[in-house]
Amino acid sequence: MNTLIVISILALVVLYLGLFKAKNALLPVSILGLLGALALAVCEWNSGASPIFSGMMHFDNFAVAFSALTIISTILILLLSKTYFEKISENVAEYYTIILFALVGIIVMVSYHNLSMLFIGLEIMSVSLYVLAGIKKRDFASNEAALKYFLMGAFSTGFLLFGIALIYGASHSFDLSEIAKYVTDRPTGIDPIFYVGIILVMVGMCFKIGAAPFHFWVPDVYEGSPTLITTFMATVVKTAGFAAFLRIFSVCFAPLSEFWMPTLLGITILTLFIGNITALFQTNFKRMLTYSSVSHAGYMLFAIVALGASSFNAVFVYAAAYSLASIIAFGVLILVKEQTGSENFESFNGLGKKNPFLAFSVTVAMLSFAGIPLTAGFIGKFFMFSTALQEYHTWLIVLAIINAVISIYYYFKVIVAMYFKDAERKEVPSNAYYKLVLGVSVIATIVLGVYPSLITDFF
Amino acid sequence: MNLLILLFFPLVGSIAVLLNKNYAKQTALISSIITLGFAVTMLCNFLPEAGKQFVVDLPWIPQLGISFKAGIDGISMLMVLLTTGLVPLIILSGFQRTFKNPSALFALVLFMQSGLLVVFTASDAFLFYVGWEASLIPIYFIAAIWGGADRIKVTMKFFIYTFAGSLFMLLGIIYLHLQTPGNTYDIEAFYALSLDSATQGWLFWCFFIAFAVKMPVFPFHTWQPNTYAESPTIGTMLLAAIMLKMGIYGVIRWLIPVVPIGFLQWKELALILCIIGIVYASIIAFKQKDIKRLIAYSSIAHVGLIAAGVFTWNVQGVQGAMIQMINHGINVLGLFFVADIIIDRLKTREIASMGGIAKIAPKLSIAFLIILLGAVALPLTNGFIGEFLLLLGVYKFNIWAAGIAGLTIIFAAVYLLRLYKDVMQGTLNDLTASFKDIKGSEVVLLSIVCALVIIIGVYPQPVLHISESAVTELIGQVNSKLAF
Repeated sequence: MNTLIVISILALVVLYLGLFKAKNALLPVSILGLLGALALAVCEWNSGASPIFSGMMHFDNFAVAFSALTIISTILILLLSKTYFEKISENVAEYYTIILFALVGIIVMVSYHNLSMLFIGLEIMSVSLYVLAGIKKRDFASNEAALKYFLMGAFSTGFLLFGIALIYGASHSFDLSEIAKYVTDRPTGIDPIFYVGIILVMVGMCFKIGAAPFHFWVPDVYEGSPTLITTFMATVVKTAGFAAFLRIFSVCFAPLSEFWMPTLLGITILTLFIGNITALFQTNFKRMLTYSSVSHAGYMLFAIVALGASSFNAVFVYAAAYSLASIIAFGVLILVKEQTGSENFESFNGLGKKNPFLAFSVTVAMLSFAGIPLTAGFIGKFFMFSTALQEYHTWLIVLAIINAVISIYYYFKVIVAMYFKDAERKEVPSNAYYKLVLGVSVIATIVLGVYPSLITDFF
Repeated sequence: MNLLILLFFPLVGSIAVLLNKNYAKQTALISSIITLGFAVTMLCNFLPEAGKQFVVDLPWIPQLGISFKAGIDGISMLMVLLTTGLVPLIILSGFQRTFKNPSALFALVLFMQSGLLVVFTASDAFLFYVGWEASLIPIYFIAAIWGGADRIKVTMKFFIYTFAGSLFMLLGIIYLHLQTPGNTYDIEAFYALSLDSATQGWLFWCFFIAFAVKMPVFPFHTWQPNTYAESPTIGTMLLAAIMLKMGIYGVIRWLIPVVPIGFLQWKELALILCIIGIVYASIIAFKQKDIKRLIAYSSIAHVGLIAAGVFTWNVQGVQGAMIQMINHGINVLGLFFVADIIIDRLKTREIASMGGIAKIAPKLSIAFLIILLGAVALPLTNGFIGEFLLLLGVYKFNIWAAGIAGLTIIFAAVYLLRLYKDVMQGTLNDLTASFKDIKGSEVVLLSIVCALVIIIGVYPQPVLHISESAVTELIGQVNSKLAF
């Protein structure tokens, strides 16, 4: 709860700092504020919280863990923004503010205990993101991304809202525990509109997390937005989307899994294949990452398809691993693009020789994406596979294996370009912030890969 | 705690190599010799009859039932000796070559050694899998960075093949884990399971594909000749001499004892695939014009026989496989090194353009001949005892299978001796006229290899003794389960 208040105030403070032209104070204040919010979140760990604000929010361990994860990712992304935003815009303060506002929405999304809060949180986040996507005012791609994102987002919110309304109609409540009670109390006599509500909520959430066949907005929005905003969308926003998805399905709809599971299974398989196969044909690194992010959404859906005790852990570990690897990949992409002006695979040629550290970071990120042992990504996949097998989805795993093998091909394209292809190039300049963020992310990826017990004992 | 030092010392060595860039080769060699020293110390304290020794068991991810559990029994001991013994030789083989960025190369070699040692000692399935993959990454980079012209495509194929295989194994491992009563990854718990035969049938394939790709068994072998040919010789040696033994070791330790009924269902098919592989690879080896590819195909044929011996699952077959793994490691390392010496001096891999080298390089030609005789299993060389036991094992299973498998020896004699004739004998040509005989580290390496060929050939008993009781016990355990 305190976390939410701190971040809201922080966003306003940063806005005022911008008003008074205190440009240099923006980053330190944001980071310190977020660290404070992080500390407050961690303090609430295991405090045995009960729903607050008349049952609107519930800061349980689930909420704390995902708040902490999203805050840490945001800190890492903000650290990268120091030089980035100043180059693309005059109004730097607005970036920080809007990102922080989006984070407020995300904190609400991971800790809601009432469907109206889910909706409010989602909207706070989405509206901020529409602005962020289009923040390069004079750039066509950025404008296109914002418009597409807005239209699609509004559309999907409509689904979600309609679903919530139907669920309310059947169960007479927005409160998660009331809805759960409604489901368990009437194993047979559940109103048909409740089922329609579940499907609509599912569709709405799938839009938000970019699962196929609701993923069409993802590539254009991710590609058109400024890269750092894409990073934010791919990591923090996606994590929050999954947390919200998981929360409502595990609390309310778990007993009805026989009804919605087949549909979600279909969505999962479709997401895996569409994401992977499309990623295979990309020549643009950023676009490849966006499609791969679709396929990662597919892997993360395993935890919801095979909803059980280990699902929380699985999503948490996977989201952490995926966020770290994405931050590395997008971070290096920003640097490479600044130097070469291109986002294609070729622009990475010969990076291994000139920038061993950057190349090594990207290699770790790609290995983590691909799920190779000794990286966090492997632990994430391992958790997902275990979770799915617990519910005996053996065929799903076989399909996942096929996809994991396909993904090797495009992840290794980057590694091949960096190490095995020579090119005349100069050293890519990078500043201390980049070194810090990349270093921290690489070390975290490897440490979590070698000793995952650090974060697997949460739930 | 002794075992942990053995497992992780190569990692320390690899960091030392990275820090000590100017003396990368020397540092790597010293580090690998120290590791060998640890292994030999363990051998001195090792009791072949006492089962699993030097056990370490540390909690790793306790919540998932994963622990860092490793130990050494007779089977593992031989594999540890193979790994720690050959890595110094492999590093030594690079002493007279120049590499771009040598420190990275040797650091990767040592990193891989660590992964291999984990594979050969792991008693926890998760640990086994991690080691399995951890040894794949470095060899991929070794082959792809320092390899030949066509390396990018070839190594990608290699990686995708092996990675696909190992993911199926991961599926099998997780499935088995969920069946164990206490949800652990402990191999003993896997051994204690008794699943129904349909489940064991598909689990067999999960593991078999992973191991068959690694060995490689026909028809999973298509990555291998190209990868061997395109890798730098250090990579080829690591692949052929040590890494493919991971597959055979996996069959002995993880496949057959874990899913014995599944094994029984598919035993014949597995054996037939091995034997097809032997004949098929031998025939292709006849046709090869490229020296490295010829040795690569001969390796498929020899490994096919080893795998066939394992799949017969009797004491002779498995013991033969154990000793032949060591011998094949030594011989193939020697053969690839000789090939590397020749290729390095002549700058071609074409057999047709060689000839007459024996006249001006007598030392090389003697070494080549000794290793070659080991590879064609002449009595009193190391290959003989291994192939003899293997064929005996296969004979006990089926006389026809033994007859066809026995062709390997004849085939190998034909194509390897013809290789010797084409390369070493005949008349000198313009290219080979200026050939220089081996010197320095090359002499040291080849002397060690030749000495091992002859010593093990004359007196194989100590080697056989190390693994004998472990093999007998494992076979007894499986047979008692199958008796129901």
